[in-house]
Amino acid sequence: MSTKLSGPRSTRTSGRGPVGSGLPRTVRSHVPITATGLVVKVVLLGLVAGIAIWAAFPLVEAGKWVGLALLAATTAGLFYLYLTPRHIPAKYLLPGTVFLIAFQVFPVLYTASTAFTNFGDGHRGSKDDAIVAIQSSSVQQVPGSTEYTLSVASEGDPVTGPLVFLVTDPATGAVSAGDAGGLRRLDAADVTVAPGGKVTAADGYTVLTFGQASTRSQEITDLVVPTAGGALRSSGLSRAYEGRAIRAYDAGCDCITDRESGRTWTADEKAGSFVAADGERLAQGWKVNVGGENFSRVLTDPNISGPFFGTLLWNFAFATGSTGLTFLLGMAIALALHSPRMRGTNLYRVLLILPYAMPSFAMLLVWRDMFNTDFGLINNLFGLGVDWFGQDWSARATVLLVQLWLGYPYMFLVATGALQAIPRELTEATSVDGASPWQSFRAVTLPLLLVALAPLLIASFAYNFNNINAIWLTTEGGPFPADNPRNGATDLLITYTYRLAFGAQGAEFGTAAAVSIFIFAIVATVSAISFRSTRKQEEVYS
Amino acid sequence: MTTHADAPAVNRNATGRRRHRWLAQVGWRHVVGALAVAFSLFPILFVLSAALNPLGTLSSTALVPTGGVSFENFANLFEDTAFGRWFVNSLLIAGLASLVSIFLSSLAAYAFSRMRFAGRRVGLLTLLLIQMFPQFLAIVAIFLIFTTVTDLWPAIGFNTPWGLFLLYMGGALGVNTWLMKGFFDTLPRELDESATMDGASHAQVFLRIMLPLVAPILAVTALLSFIGTINEFMIANVFLTNTESKTLAVGMFGLVAGERNNNFGMFAAGTLLTAIPTVLVFQLLQRYIVSGLTAGAVKG
Repeated sequence: MSTKLSGPRSTRTSGRGPVGSGLPRTVRSHVPITATGLVVKVVLLGLVAGIAIWAAFPLVEAGKWVGLALLAATTAGLFYLYLTPRHIPAKYLLPGTVFLIAFQVFPVLYTASTAFTNFGDGHRGSKDDAIVAIQSSSVQQVPGSTEYTLSVASEGDPVTGPLVFLVTDPATGAVSAGDAGGLRRLDAADVTVAPGGKVTAADGYTVLTFGQASTRSQEITDLVVPTAGGALRSSGLSRAYEGRAIRAYDAGCDCITDRESGRTWTADEKAGSFVAADGERLAQGWKVNVGGENFSRVLTDPNISGPFFGTLLWNFAFATGSTGLTFLLGMAIALALHSPRMRGTNLYRVLLILPYAMPSFAMLLVWRDMFNTDFGLINNLFGLGVDWFGQDWSARATVLLVQLWLGYPYMFLVATGALQAIPRELTEATSVDGASPWQSFRAVTLPLLLVALAPLLIASFAYNFNNINAIWLTTEGGPFPADNPRNGATDLLITYTYRLAFGAQGAEFGTAAAVSIFIFAIVATVSAISFRSTRKQEEVYS
Repeated sequence: MTTHADAPAVNRNATGRRRHRWLAQVGWRHVVGALAVAFSLFPILFVLSAALNPLGTLSSTALVPTGGVSFENFANLFEDTAFGRWFVNSLLIAGLASLVSIFLSSLAAYAFSRMRFAGRRVGLLTLLLIQMFPQFLAIVAIFLIFTTVTDLWPAIGFNTPWGLFLLYMGGALGVNTWLMKGFFDTLPRELDESATMDGASHAQVFLRIMLPLVAPILAVTALLSFIGTINEFMIANVFLTNTESKTLAVGMFGLVAGERNNNFGMFAAGTLLTAIPTVLVFQLLQRYIVSGLTAGAVKG
């Protein structure tokens, strides 16, 4: 058959191997090339080339050679794959896989590697960054410091743009622009200097008005411009001084010394901080590898492990509760409406799945507001004054109720579908044999339903285990115990992680990543066990 | 005489019994249905009432509008906030994301279902495992990665729909491939084999034969992905900080984050408008949905 159907290509490929075992090779043996197919291929590959070229320019400009090599290799790989007649499965798998690797696998691996570091507030950059930060933040005005006339400016938007100090040297009248990167001399032609030395306009910068500057005064106070002899800091909004760093790094002893008090802080490479003899640490440290410390801290530090296991327990209860309750209610209603004598089932169905069509993020907020103590509908309606989200158990029950409302239409829908797929003869046969409706439900309907819906129930469990919206948009994890603002009664592991990473307590990316790994391990284990126990799944692997 | 008197009594008994039987077999089903409908609808009724409440505050909203009806909240929504913009952003991102993601995962599902190659089983298990790791858990890494991306290519960085779209595509394979593969597996192999005999290429088999046959599952995954994307809040909230680039979820959260009581009417109006695209997509795909959901369910 291949000689009759195939074009010139097949003579080349068919000689390469035995034809017929497995689909890919059969397909390869006669690849008819249609004009449309060719045009689509050329257009798509052209698009790929275009995107690659567009993406290459900024990489070249920034000198990111590794990124450029990666881009070139990916593009070359794509071209090879779609021009060769071989590797047919890869042609189908690659498009999704590229996205998967770039935006899912890579971030996950990045997270995993972060879990072994102390990355977070105070431990963000390298040791050199930390030394620069310590030295420049210790700058103080000393007798004889040079005083400059200062104008505060910004690059771009005066409210959000990065701040720049425009300073005029009192001796020479030269104007320089300075930011955290250092001081640069500006061309005299580009700036307008008022009598007295204050810069009123400069090319490329927006000079802030007094009002604009005073709203950003904290940022202005914090801005330190490193200079050769120390650093430049502001003193008020119109003067700056070049001060001397009180603390200096000495490579000989690998320590920081304070010139005034004489104290020394020695570098601790394990902790990524400078530590004094009495154990005091400087706030600015650097990122180091801490090995398994984050993991052991989660398990052994009583401040973390106590709430962690409580949260884990509630997390399981929440996921099981949400999945189980929605399934039970959805199935019960599906059973009730599933009768040949029942009229109007379509109307019921349309009305019942309305919650599923409503935007869930908005409805979560609506439920939150319905349970509001002061203005909420529930309290208004029943004349109560209950602080629903104020007590542990009422908050938990409320969250579960909201989940029930959001989730049961879906379960109702799938249970209805599964019920319709169960042959009526089966239940009829049991009733002929004298079984009660309950017996026939227990013995016939329920097992068949569970076989059909088990994969969905597992998926629902896995989803609810990390259902961050359900908690964050209602209770935000609260109520919190008075002594521990980190971990609330309705916190799931994922909301707890989010608070660790981005919370008001300061960022602890390392610990947060370690908790993420724990969550991943727990969910993967639970799912693996349940998938293994559903016999159905094994079939799919075949 | 007695026969005359008995007849209606028997009759009455019969109707009574029939009514009793109707109640036992069908009537209670309507009671359950009505109760369920009431549970489903009362929060929606509350939202409707809040949206039409001329005062527009949470505290003045009852289950049914008592203080008159007005469309002021809707007008305010468009005048005072960038709601129109958010709406367009959300539709664009959710529409594009659901279309592209079902295309990507149907490509992969076709390969997994119809082809045998080295690493197939490992690939399937890897997908299952990756799916367990919600993208949000890696938010710190994503944030750092996109900080670099924003520096290099501002067009796909923070505050752009494209960056968010790319990020959502990272999760496309994990979520839907298994569901679709299960559905592809139910199609008889003879179909594509005979097409191959007739000289169709693998691409033609996929596009002309397989895709039309799996329309129900495509509809379901498109709908699920659309709903999922439009409701996605946490990642979008980190990503989009400009008023103009926000999606509905991020923008509307901002409405009630600070002024919980006062903006509630506007928020409710926005909720109703947000439901419209979902309901439309639902209606459009309705005939596929029940069959698609359960077919996918049975096969896993």
